Amino acid sequence: MKIGLAASNIWKSYNGNQVLKNCSFSFNDDGVYVLTGSNGCGKSTFFRICALIELPDRGDISYFSDGEIMQKNLELKRRITLLLPKVGVFNTTVFKNIAYGLTIRGIKRAESEERINKVLEFVQLGHKINQNALTLSSGETQRLGIARALVIEPEILFLDEPTASIDQKNTEIIEDIILKMKNYHKATVIMTTHDMQQARRLAGYLLVMNEGQISAA
Amino acid sequence: MSSIIEGFTRAFSLILNLDKELLGIIFLSIKVSGTALIVATLFGVPLSALLGFKKFPLKGFFISILNTFMGLPPVVVGLFIYLLLSRSGPLGFLALLYTPTAMIIAQSVLAFPIVSSLSHSAIISVDPIIKQASMTLGATPFQTSLTIVREARFGIMSGIIAAFGRVMAEVGAILIVGGNIAGFTRVMTTTIALETDKGNFELALALGIILLTIALVINSALHLIQKKGTVGANR
Repeated sequence: MKIGLAASNIWKSYNGNQVLKNCSFSFNDDGVYVLTGSNGCGKSTFFRICALIELPDRGDISYFSDGEIMQKNLELKRRITLLLPKVGVFNTTVFKNIAYGLTIRGIKRAESEERINKVLEFVQLGHKINQNALTLSSGETQRLGIARALVIEPEILFLDEPTASIDQKNTEIIEDIILKMKNYHKATVIMTTHDMQQARRLAGYLLVMNEGQISAA
Repeated sequence: MSSIIEGFTRAFSLILNLDKELLGIIFLSIKVSGTALIVATLFGVPLSALLGFKKFPLKGFFISILNTFMGLPPVVVGLFIYLLLSRSGPLGFLALLYTPTAMIIAQSVLAFPIVSSLSHSAIISVDPIIKQASMTLGATPFQTSLTIVREARFGIMSGIIAAFGRVMAEVGAILIVGGNIAGFTRVMTTTIALETDKGNFELALALGIILLTIALVINSALHLIQKKGTVGANR
């Protein structure tokens, strides 16, 4: 059963600087949601709160499935994932980086290998499988991050500025990956970008964050 | 000059002929220092993780104490362990004084702050993004902590090797608690001190050459580990 998200009246500040102001957003349809807004407007903060790795000062994040509100436990956290703008690459091979999410879930090696090979082909990194992930280029690192997130087959995938600070060629590869994601395993993709043209290219649903609040474009 | 050359010649002869006494001393040295290092690692690495991940009162004070203890004078450690293990001391009933076990205890005390302090530095130096990445992929807090320790592994290994270098070269503490008993508690450094006093330079030189070789091997290993740990450091 697909899961949906409802963020209600989220407030968040850092050192007296109000980043999110009564921010609300909900979805229960799969597809690609693109959240745009200027740098520093609170997109990343909102994503970290939605991905349950940070708590809001006020307000509530609820995930629901089949009309029922889900408990915010490890099981739920393992059905969603967030790709940060800076991919935290582990100092090991590309294979082991991608295997991480599967290993911590106790998935058997044979199944892991099959899923990893499939996802590596999908992000066009199959030829780098045994290379130390720290030696990848910026664009390849970003694709590694996407592969690491996709291999755990999340139902909701948050991508925070997935093409920031990478070259045009890698941007095109990643945009292509995002467009194919829906068919790959029917994940709901919610991404941020400050590139309006990119947002229009990718968005099924285009949203704008302005002064700490989200509205439909 | 000729006596020095003669000393080196005899020293190499002892090494090449695999002298039984020499081998016994080397074996005991490695056994004592190796065991001490295992003990220090078993306690030191978990403590460093605890200091790295948990918040508790006086944490900064504990870290300062550990850092200070990295430079513990071996003779002071030897003195305290001696007082603890001597017949009239609180642990005298264990009858451990002048045994390899007493030497292991003394060297563990010396190695422990080095392992834990350097491991702690390695753990807190791991990029915070690793913790966030681990959490976003669905790791439990314990799995996240293990991941951070694994990312710090090269720094931790550097600490362990640095501690091994320190205890292998140490003489003050083990001389006091081990007593330098031939065939029982006599190790490389104490033998060098004793044989130099007696004017028997060949055995002292042979052990000195081996000790330097071990130091070279340790430093080479440290260099390799650091080199491996900085793979992709340009990113």
